[in-house]
Amino acid sequence: MSSVSLPFEILPRTGNLNTTPVAPIADADRLGLTKKQVAADHPTWCPGCGDFSVLALYFKLIEKRKIWHEKITTVAGIGCSSRFPYFVQAHGAHYIHGRALPFASGVSLTRPDLHVFTFGGDGDAFSIGGNHVNHTARKNIKMTYVIMDNWVYGLTKKQTSPTSPIGFKSKTDLGGALDQPINPMKQLISAGATFVARASAANIPHLLQMMEAAMDHDGFSVIECLSECVEFFDGAFDAANPRKGGKFDLVPAEHDVTDEFAAYKMAADPFPGKFGIFYKVNRPTKNKNEADITAKAMEKVQGKKPWEILQATFNRMK
Amino acid sequence: MRLRSAKTGWANVRTTKVFMSEATLSAPPTEGAPKVSKVSEAIIRIAGNSQDGIQAIGGFLARLAGRSEQEVMTFMTIPSTISGGPSIFQVRIGSGDVLSAGDEADVLLAFYQHSYEGHLSSLKPGGIVLYDSDHVQPNPEFQKLYHHVAVPITSRTVEALGGTAKDKGKNVFSLGLIAKMFDLNVSKLEKLIMERFAGKDESIAKNALMAFHTGYGSSVGNLIETFQFVESQKKSGQQVVMNGNEALAYGLIAAGVRFGAGYPITPWTDIMELLRRELPKYGGAFIQCEDEIASISMAIGAGYAGRVAVTGSSGPGISLKTEALGWAVMAEMPLIVVDVQRGGPSTGMPTNVEQSDLNIACFGGHGDSPRVVIAPTNVEDCFYMAIEAVNIARKYSVPVIILTDQSIGSRIEAFEEPNLEKLCQDISPDLTPVADHKPYDLAAENGVTRHVAPGTRIASGKYPVVTGLEHDELGHPTGSPKLHTQMVAKRRNKLKALASEIPTPKIYGPPEGNILLVGWGSTEGPIREAVDRARAAGDSVSSLHIKHIFPLPNGLQNIFAGFNHVFVVEMNDESLYGYGQLGALLRARYCDPKIKGVTKTDGLTFKVREILEHAKSSIAAGIRKL
Repeated sequence: MSSVSLPFEILPRTGNLNTTPVAPIADADRLGLTKKQVAADHPTWCPGCGDFSVLALYFKLIEKRKIWHEKITTVAGIGCSSRFPYFVQAHGAHYIHGRALPFASGVSLTRPDLHVFTFGGDGDAFSIGGNHVNHTARKNIKMTYVIMDNWVYGLTKKQTSPTSPIGFKSKTDLGGALDQPINPMKQLISAGATFVARASAANIPHLLQMMEAAMDHDGFSVIECLSECVEFFDGAFDAANPRKGGKFDLVPAEHDVTDEFAAYKMAADPFPGKFGIFYKVNRPTKNKNEADITAKAMEKVQGKKPWEILQATFNRMK
Repeated sequence: MRLRSAKTGWANVRTTKVFMSEATLSAPPTEGAPKVSKVSEAIIRIAGNSQDGIQAIGGFLARLAGRSEQEVMTFMTIPSTISGGPSIFQVRIGSGDVLSAGDEADVLLAFYQHSYEGHLSSLKPGGIVLYDSDHVQPNPEFQKLYHHVAVPITSRTVEALGGTAKDKGKNVFSLGLIAKMFDLNVSKLEKLIMERFAGKDESIAKNALMAFHTGYGSSVGNLIETFQFVESQKKSGQQVVMNGNEALAYGLIAAGVRFGAGYPITPWTDIMELLRRELPKYGGAFIQCEDEIASISMAIGAGYAGRVAVTGSSGPGISLKTEALGWAVMAEMPLIVVDVQRGGPSTGMPTNVEQSDLNIACFGGHGDSPRVVIAPTNVEDCFYMAIEAVNIARKYSVPVIILTDQSIGSRIEAFEEPNLEKLCQDISPDLTPVADHKPYDLAAENGVTRHVAPGTRIASGKYPVVTGLEHDELGHPTGSPKLHTQMVAKRRNKLKALASEIPTPKIYGPPEGNILLVGWGSTEGPIREAVDRARAAGDSVSSLHIKHIFPLPNGLQNIFAGFNHVFVVEMNDESLYGYGQLGALLRARYCDPKIKGVTKTDGLTFKVREILEHAKSSIAAGIRKL
């Protein structure tokens, strides 16, 4: 009765349809990338913003670990921190507010060959996108998520954020914030994230250490990185900065990172609390679980072309 | 029973004859045995409760028709309760074209008093009602109008199967009754029953067969006539039998889709469950997400990673997806969104049909966000248009919404087996390194974007960002008024290029006349049947069915010019100004004041007579105004 109504030719595979292919280079012949090669647009952040350190360390990580441009994918949602992908010379996506994690999950689940990094702020992670943090953690989708927490909405110029402390005076809480702030560590641990760390943009060597450990973790690895907004919440993290008279206490060496209750208890410490890896366990990733299902299903139809598999199904529908 | 002339194209005229009389091809009656009449088609409605397995009987009949090279169409209603509640399944089997599930049934099988009372009105005068005399007390008034056949279905099933089975096999028992009544092929039905219960405990299939044979052999006292289908004229080869949701999902697989994400919602859920089960065989996966927004986001992420991915939903789920859909339009990402429409707004009527998502599909979301919307017309079309959707999404780097609905999704039809070897596509990502790349190249042919997936090395060292911010050619944000104007035009112009590729739909009936009925989606069958019926009665009526809703095909104005009245027939509200959703779109597009609406919002599929009556009364009202 009907047929394909548009006379489409069978298209070549997706992508690359109007570009000139070039010869591949063997990995051994390639040099590592320099900072200049990984940097793209000049960041639009205010001078003094903590996000600069995170970006610089991301470049450093790429250099140090010799990751090729095309092997990393940088994903972000909306917010000051989420401008991140434009500043990185690599494949990147700037997605909608709060939904960077499911987008990045789509990349991670279909492309095991890529390192997927997602960057965002406290609004993305704990307000509009709160649900996705829980479920990406629960599913344990392989990627690294850096939450640049500044305790305020900066891009929209000083409204209360889900991590703003009680009493913080913003344009939406003129008399001071009223609502109980979210405790990122508690939230992430209870959601089932398999790597939960806390860092600060003011402590660069420690942050790099955390980013490396997160990248090497097989699962959903999250870093809450205190990243000061000098414009709208100046001095928020002074108490965690020894140069400003505060203290930067590391997670004690004897802390068992697989002990969920100990990690949760540590998360309850009053600010500035501890810095380092709170919780780290190995649980099968969604990537592996799905790959296992696929491998098992494919075993049963081994050697058959896709149309032959579909034909077998249709034969049962006659 | 309807007897129809040989197929002679659009002018094919149906003569409706009263079911129980003067069948022209009757075999001579033998002494004591019921008369045998030859029929070309039959409409059987089975009414019971949702847990009686009446869908299974309908399924068996549909599959049998498919194997017998007959055409078949089914229609079902299910309550939106968790368990129980009245439910019907209607199956229309024909040896020629079957266009709709039929307005009125030839045979009603009623399990309960409520089934009997609620559905007798759907039986044509003189039709047969076969009822379970254990539950139904016939009404003497109705007995004058319809031929009543009493069978103690429940007690005979219990008798046949023994006490523990209770009345569980009464659906298969009834299938036996129907098989006897229509002289259906017993060995083919036995085989279907065996296949259905294959892999389960042997005793289940044995019990089912026993129930079937008891039903088949049951003495049906006052059944004075049995029927035989005339041999099918279509010798088109093998047919496959499935519902629209299945056809759509398999079409996506044939097109090469290997990733999808979704959240359960009726009636989309069937597609999601099927893809979750089937995709792993092809090396793919389907992910159940935490919500609708996550599902579309995950599908878009997979699209960005080099796959054409699918998400879908129904009703309120579509509303939730619109922000992300806007991103896919802005970032020019290929994506398939399936919308199995149901009654709305809000939670609305989850298990009823409506065509009220056309506006959200075409225009949903903020900003100017052109996307593609297509609507399959029948089950077979669901299969082929799924492939077409994927190819449009790839070729134009754009989200494509497939608008189906509850009725097309759940109805079963038989169609010619597709040539899968020829149709199946490989669309796996291509990661060959490239010299240079601009995703939003303004100089590209027709403004069509080509993405290179992450993982592709770009020798120039300049990598693209895909984004929802207005952007320059490399995807970096811009506030330039000139660039915004250019990029908006780019996203619009590529769909104009697509429009020029879409063939102008063919008119059903003469190209000029008094009335043109315009439809879209699942209503094609009843509209064509309305044309046949009206023309048989001497009225000048033709029809046009539009599959490509947005962009519309070119050249429709020339078709409209040939008619005095154009009625857009759709299952949605006439809205404030008197036009349904496609009607309003066509009026805006063609500024043609003769375009009017024939709409309804009862949550049920169109009956042929509703279409004709509505169109005629609208013309009459117009004349009065003059």
